[in-house]
Amino acid sequence: MAGIEIRSLRKHFGDLHAVDGVDLSIRDGELLVLLGSSGSGKTTLLRMIAGLERPTSGEIYIGGQRVDGDVPPRARGIAMVFQSYALYPHRTVFQNIAFPLEAARLPRKQIDEKVRWAADMFSISRYLDRYPRQLSGGERQRVALCRALVRDPKVFLLDEPLANLDAKLRHTARDDLKRFQRQIQTTTVYVTHDQVEAMGLGDRIVVMERGKVRQVGTPQEVYEEPVDTFVATFVGQPPMNLVEASDPSLPPGTLMGFRPEQFLPRGVFGAGEDLRAFRFSVRRVEYLGSDRYVYGSVAESSTPDATIIAKLPGTIALSIPEGQTQEFAVPRRALRYFDAATGLRRRA
Amino acid sequence: MIARPSLADREDVLGGMMLAPALAYVILLVGVPFVFAILLGFSNATAGSLSFGWAGLDNYRAILSDPIFLRALRNSVVVTIGSQVLVVVLATAAAQVFRATFRGKSFARFVLLLPWAVPVSLAAIAWTWIFDSTFSVIKQAWRIFPFATVIVLAGLSSIPQEVVEAAIVDGAGFWRRLFRVELPLLLPVLAVAVLFGVVYTATDLGVVYILTGGGPANTTHVLPTLAFQRGILGADLGQGAAIAVFLLPFLIVVAIAMLRLAHRTEVGGAR
Amino acid sequence: MKRVALYGAALGFTVFAGFPFYWMLITAFKQNRDLYVGATDLSHIPWIFNDPPTLEHVKLLLWQTDFPRWVLNTLVVVVAVVVITVAVAVPAGYSLARLVGRWGERLGMGIFFTYLIPPTLLFVPFSRLVSLLGLQNSLGALILIYPTMTIPFSTWLVMGFLRSVPWDIEEQAMIDGYSRLAVILKVAPRLIVPGILTVVVFSFTLVLQEFVYALTFISSVNKMTVSLGVPIALVRGDVYHWGALMAAALFTSIPLAIIYNAFIDRFIQGFTMGAVKG
Repeated sequence: MAGIEIRSLRKHFGDLHAVDGVDLSIRDGELLVLLGSSGSGKTTLLRMIAGLERPTSGEIYIGGQRVDGDVPPRARGIAMVFQSYALYPHRTVFQNIAFPLEAARLPRKQIDEKVRWAADMFSISRYLDRYPRQLSGGERQRVALCRALVRDPKVFLLDEPLANLDAKLRHTARDDLKRFQRQIQTTTVYVTHDQVEAMGLGDRIVVMERGKVRQVGTPQEVYEEPVDTFVATFVGQPPMNLVEASDPSLPPGTLMGFRPEQFLPRGVFGAGEDLRAFRFSVRRVEYLGSDRYVYGSVAESSTPDATIIAKLPGTIALSIPEGQTQEFAVPRRALRYFDAATGLRRRA
Repeated sequence: MIARPSLADREDVLGGMMLAPALAYVILLVGVPFVFAILLGFSNATAGSLSFGWAGLDNYRAILSDPIFLRALRNSVVVTIGSQVLVVVLATAAAQVFRATFRGKSFARFVLLLPWAVPVSLAAIAWTWIFDSTFSVIKQAWRIFPFATVIVLAGLSSIPQEVVEAAIVDGAGFWRRLFRVELPLLLPVLAVAVLFGVVYTATDLGVVYILTGGGPANTTHVLPTLAFQRGILGADLGQGAAIAVFLLPFLIVVAIAMLRLAHRTEVGGAR
Repeated sequence: MKRVALYGAALGFTVFAGFPFYWMLITAFKQNRDLYVGATDLSHIPWIFNDPPTLEHVKLLLWQTDFPRWVLNTLVVVVAVVVITVAVAVPAGYSLARLVGRWGERLGMGIFFTYLIPPTLLFVPFSRLVSLLGLQNSLGALILIYPTMTIPFSTWLVMGFLRSVPWDIEEQAMIDGYSRLAVILKVAPRLIVPGILTVVVFSFTLVLQEFVYALTFISSVNKMTVSLGVPIALVRGDVYHWGALMAAALFTSIPLAIIYNAFIDRFIQGFTMGAVKG
């Protein structure tokens, strides 16, 4: 059991600053998700923790011991699952799972016991004699997790382990993963570009962009209290609406942000609610079964052409005719303010 | 649990150790002789003695006023350029044929590759038997075009199919497609084929040596055969080296072109 | 109509490429009478068997010339050069692709370019080196010199090959408890096998083809390799044993052509420096 401390960590590839000064402290036993698009530096950060990449500068501590520099991956007490699962193609499932134990020169009998225990846990005991190429994607993923588990690592590092699964399987695999992590209570760092996955899995989420950490927080904090416009638009689907409104009560250059699901026809709200109303000219309505997405623009915006999206739950049966202007509103408590120049959150 | 850093984990040390033999081989047996060859061109060294006198530009002066050398230089240029023009035309045409599917294609491809696979010297001797004359240009083209064809074929298959299909949809006929779409896209690949072709042709000694031996009356020499005759058979190492150095411009042009090409392909293909 | 043109063109190229081989084939098995009457008898058709085929040239080649000896010499040189090349180029290629970092690419390109230095420029210094080492007229000279051609290109081939192999298996092994060295010794070899095979084939074919250095360093008939012996020593003065010559050329070419056919796409990837995915 161990937490991870990262201090002003940098990794430069020539002119490219893949990780550009990251400070992070990962608590013992939590599942921390590194969320970012490709090129955000999340994978490089993970690989530096693993010891596969040497930091340009900065410090990494695992369980209080400093590991940046010359501590090789095998000595860091970590286990890692790659996106490709990196199963040894010429070894059976049993031999794959046994590999780290053999490398640690455990006695035969003990290896056997441990492999069977772990295989049981992931219900892949039936496949122990098969080769990786004979397994489905979901089975391979479980073998990879199994191999990570038998090491008794202090830390799990997972690099997009669900990305190669089809959408249906991904849901159950996510649930399995979360339950498994709760059960063994091992510190886990999980890299993904999928914000739904991040929200669903993470105890805390680290949003990264261009080598820098933008925000660290619980899924709820990141979603509801984004620290800047990047996080606000990166997390959540569809993204947060941003309107530069000329409003005398606000300092000039303020962006008003609100989530599409908070932006509803005026009539839906009760009389007592403190609302901010907009004249919303509806361009197009998209029917998605459980929701309707309404695309349009608001007249109050200083850039009246910018697309604004409203997300109406299926429970609101109101008809929204395309091409007309309607009164929509947002509860004031759901409004977030940002500085238009810096993108940073402004506490109004 | 935390292990001390050991030599077995040092990538730089391991990397250096694994690279060292190859570097040593290349430096000692290519780099040093290469420099030595250039130096020899300025010396009056002969094969018999170990003396090594500085001769300045004497060797170059001698060969530049030597009609046999000038003839050989001209032959080299003519053979190289002539055969490469033939190669490009043949290879492009052959690639157009061999990209289609037809019965017996794999056998035809096998036959097509034969000239490239055969040892140069054996192919040359076969040619003297069949044609009994100085067909250097055609011979070189015959030998190299299969190689170029395969390169062009590989290049063709790497052109995104959508681009070609888009051209078809846009109404481009075969020739327009070939000259306006495919050939421009093939240019880098075609360049590679030509560059290797130039190196192989300009530096080849076997074909001319066996076909004509440089004769009659030294009229069919190319630079390599002349360098061989003067430097090895005639034991005038200095002059042999000086003649061979005239091959260098070919090499340098090729190297620069390759570098630029590699740089161009690198843009799209970073890890 | 289009099909006809296609088949016509395919036939044309095939004949152009293959005609000399057909000629070799019939020459190798023709009776001498059939071979040498062409010029005097106009009704004689040269490209068919006018008399029944014969094995006399093959017998001559195998029993009365040094051809078997040359084959043996060639094999000795091939094995030695392949061993040296694999031992030197494979680790170097691995190092460039995986260990030395950003310099790998440039260093690899530098090594590759030495492959372009023409033998004709190097044989003069080499002849001095060879005589200095007392290797004149010995297979040792070829074994020493041939790797200068095979190592650069093979290193490049292995490096290029490894770039197409994902790193994750090796990294996984490091996380699972192997040192870098253990990964190189126990995990990597299995991943490079196809690359090694390509190197073996490349070195093999290059040695079989090489003529210039063999001509420079070997003078006794019983030390020659096939590609040197056949065109040089099978010709006695003006007497060409054409039948035997063509039989020798044929025997050497066909196995080479088969190997080439199987590996050409890999070589092309190397030649085009990855500009083309073969």
